[in-house]
Amino acid sequence: MSKITNEELLNSIKAKFDSDVTNISEPFGLLTLETSREKVLDLLTFLKTDAALQFIFLTDITAIHYPEAEKQIGVIYHVHSLVNNIRIRIKVFVADGDVKMPTATELWNGANWMERETYDLFGVVFEGHPDLRRILNVDDMTVFPMRKEYPLEDPNRVDKRDYFFGR
Amino acid sequence: MSEIQIVEAPPGVEGAGFFATSLDKAIGLARSYSLWPLPFATSCCGIEFMATMASTYDLSRFGAERLSFSPRQADLLMVMGTISKKMGPVLRQVYLQMAEPRWVMAVGACASSGGIFDTYSVLQGIDEVIPVDVYVPGCPPRPEAIIDGFIGIQKLVQTESLRRRNTPEYQKLLASYGIQ
Repeated sequence: MSKITNEELLNSIKAKFDSDVTNISEPFGLLTLETSREKVLDLLTFLKTDAALQFIFLTDITAIHYPEAEKQIGVIYHVHSLVNNIRIRIKVFVADGDVKMPTATELWNGANWMERETYDLFGVVFEGHPDLRRILNVDDMTVFPMRKEYPLEDPNRVDKRDYFFGR
Repeated sequence: MSEIQIVEAPPGVEGAGFFATSLDKAIGLARSYSLWPLPFATSCCGIEFMATMASTYDLSRFGAERLSFSPRQADLLMVMGTISKKMGPVLRQVYLQMAEPRWVMAVGACASSGGIFDTYSVLQGIDEVIPVDVYVPGCPPRPEAIIDGFIGIQKLVQTESLRRRNTPEYQKLLASYGIQ
């Protein structure tokens, strides 16, 4: 069991970031909230350094693409308080064409590879990252394959063409 | 009487105290029963290959007792498993390091065609980067299928000309992959 509840966690966040956190929900008991690009580092720093909360472990940084939304690309942080046994999810949405985020590598060294992966697959540029280059895909790839405008399938594949199936 | 079976002699001219055949056939026979495979195993087909090498299926019955984990001494490159696009240049480098004569066997759906991984990060069959002699279908193939593919390689070795590397067809094939 968690040592602090989602409600207590949300209250201590609200005390400091009252109007900066929006869209608060608890899907599957996981406290989820949105914030802005300007405030996300402050929020992460607060969560990590606050003496009571101690969210010292960055579980993951990833992203999501909603092509219909006004702000298409969302960057998602999962942070875990090992001391209090509780997790939180923080989302930041940015518009296409302005896909930049401040780096979290100064808070957690582990953010280095996570941000490289998010850059590799979604093209999110983390400003201040010490070595932002592709990590999973081949270096000469020119697209960001997890964005919806790029097809998942490899164009070289020939055995799935429609005429093989009478279509 | 001994139970041991030995291979049939290749077709030739036989008489009292002598046997004559072509050098191609004699050397092809010797090569085909002493292939040194290089297992390039990246996923589950590699597990099937381990079963193929183990005592029940026993690939060493076919003269492939000695696996070569260095490409420089290997005759047969057995690619078993999904090859990602990032692995492609590595596989090609391994192939380039093998000395002639060399053969390649693509084991399983992924190595042959990309298999279920029809995606941006996976090579859609290793024949995009190196020439392949025998394809073994299956996901993964049974050890019997791998042995069948291996026997197919042996047939190729027995029937090919001794210096296949000098033939124009072979050089054209390699040139289409940008080799030499």
